[in-house]
Amino acid sequence: MNHGISEFGHVLLYLAGGAIFIGLIALLNKLLAPNHPNPEKLTTYECGEDPVGNANVQFNIRFYVVGLIFLIFDVEILFLFPWATIFADVKIIQNVPLWGVFALAEMSIFVVILLLGLLYVWVKGDLEWIKPEALEPERINPVPDSLYEEINRKYTYQSTVKKTQAGVTP
Amino acid sequence: MNSIGITSIIAGLALFIILTLAAYTVVLERILSAWIQQRTGPNRVGSPASGKMMIAAKNSIFLRIINIGWLQPLADVIKLLLKEDIIPAGANRKVHFLAPVIAVTIALITMSVIPFARGVYIADVNIGVLFTLAATSIGVYGITLAGWSSNSKYSLLGGIRSSAQMISYELAMGIVVVSVILLTNFRMADGSNCLSLVNIVETQVQSGVWNVFINPIGFLIFMTCALAEANRSPFDLVEAEQELVGGFHTEYSSMKFANFFVAEYLHVIMGSMMVVTLFFGGYGGPAENILGVASWGSVGQIAWGLGWFAFKTFFFMCVYVWIRWTIPRFKYNQLMNIGWKSFLPLSLVNLVVIAFVLALIYAGK
Repeated sequence: MNHGISEFGHVLLYLAGGAIFIGLIALLNKLLAPNHPNPEKLTTYECGEDPVGNANVQFNIRFYVVGLIFLIFDVEILFLFPWATIFADVKIIQNVPLWGVFALAEMSIFVVILLLGLLYVWVKGDLEWIKPEALEPERINPVPDSLYEEINRKYTYQSTVKKTQAGVTP
Repeated sequence: MNSIGITSIIAGLALFIILTLAAYTVVLERILSAWIQQRTGPNRVGSPASGKMMIAAKNSIFLRIINIGWLQPLADVIKLLLKEDIIPAGANRKVHFLAPVIAVTIALITMSVIPFARGVYIADVNIGVLFTLAATSIGVYGITLAGWSSNSKYSLLGGIRSSAQMISYELAMGIVVVSVILLTNFRMADGSNCLSLVNIVETQVQSGVWNVFINPIGFLIFMTCALAEANRSPFDLVEAEQELVGGFHTEYSSMKFANFFVAEYLHVIMGSMMVVTLFFGGYGGPAENILGVASWGSVGQIAWGLGWFAFKTFFFMCVYVWIRWTIPRFKYNQLMNIGWKSFLPLSLVNLVVIAFVLALIYAGK
């Protein structure tokens, strides 16, 4: 390291270059683009309607559970990295003849525990994503369904009736 | 280690090339998608041949090739620069501004540790692989913050989906990377640093056997996870147009929107580069030992390496586009199931099998 900048310093240099470039583009945009805001233009987009309520809506708790599971697994996987870097270390192998078997056995136990954890979460159903159930709108109608069916039967052509009986909606 | 002058030159060149490349990836995608869907594609801006000339020349292949809208990205950039930047009322203005900046900068950062040719890299960080993994993890912040700060329900949903998707696929990706480190460590067999991307590429180039031949399942998992991390179709639930309008960038316009756009294509390029680096021998070409590349001198070696690296990256970028226009989008529960119930166990088993085989080879010695 003769010039006093580490490899991460190089990364920082590069990143600073990128950030400056993006900043310049943003500045250019600010100078060139028109700016005529009006309340209508600044409304949140909700398919042309006026926005309803606040956007900070409650979201599915599943996302939170997934986040928790991820945290546990990610920390556990982190322990695999140091293991992978010494698995084939020549110096250790020369000193410890059974190093390969030891390392493999220890890692296998660790991964099996990991897999058991995954299996546990799986069996508990935390990985199942709930499918939304279609909501049937409640009908308030004094006319019973049987009357409609009778009318349909009466005024439908014979061929269509056959189709209906076969399960095909007309 | 390179001197600071060389680093600055490489960094500046890389930055220039990568941003131009990101712009031209858009054109590449449009041309390829037009070709796949039998459309014409971009053929106006920067296309010298007019319609009459095309008819007169009976659509000659030469005219078609020069007529693919070479200046389209430039026109797009100018158009986006001149558009009004709309910040919706109720948005968190600071975060709204920062989110696209974070997205692009983080997308750029991965490239700083990738070796483009022998001795041509911005930084040879001694924990290069971990660095790239960390960078891809931070990448989600840009999108999640954009979704949160816009004060729009579509954006928020897109942002939350994005973070859940990213963390689901990162696990499998991490385990595959562990298996690559394991292989590198075994093949170097001298106990030197196997977390450096330069060393990972060198082992593949020197032995001539790329990791993809030893670890094909790892390659497939990594490729798919890279696709998911880039939020590309079929994993583009983050911006699923049919349900979330524009997803996290619904409320973004002008250059901020362009930043997200650039970030997405940067992720495509970075994903291709990472696949090439980890599994396809980086800058190594075929039959290097027979051709005697090592005796070509530094300029010849760099040209050869850069050429192969560019070719392989281009190939995988085309694969990305190809996948996008071939496979329809997954449903959200399918997406989660693939990540947690298929890739995570599969990658763990893959790791154990590789370690077992390596230990057997030990015992044989």
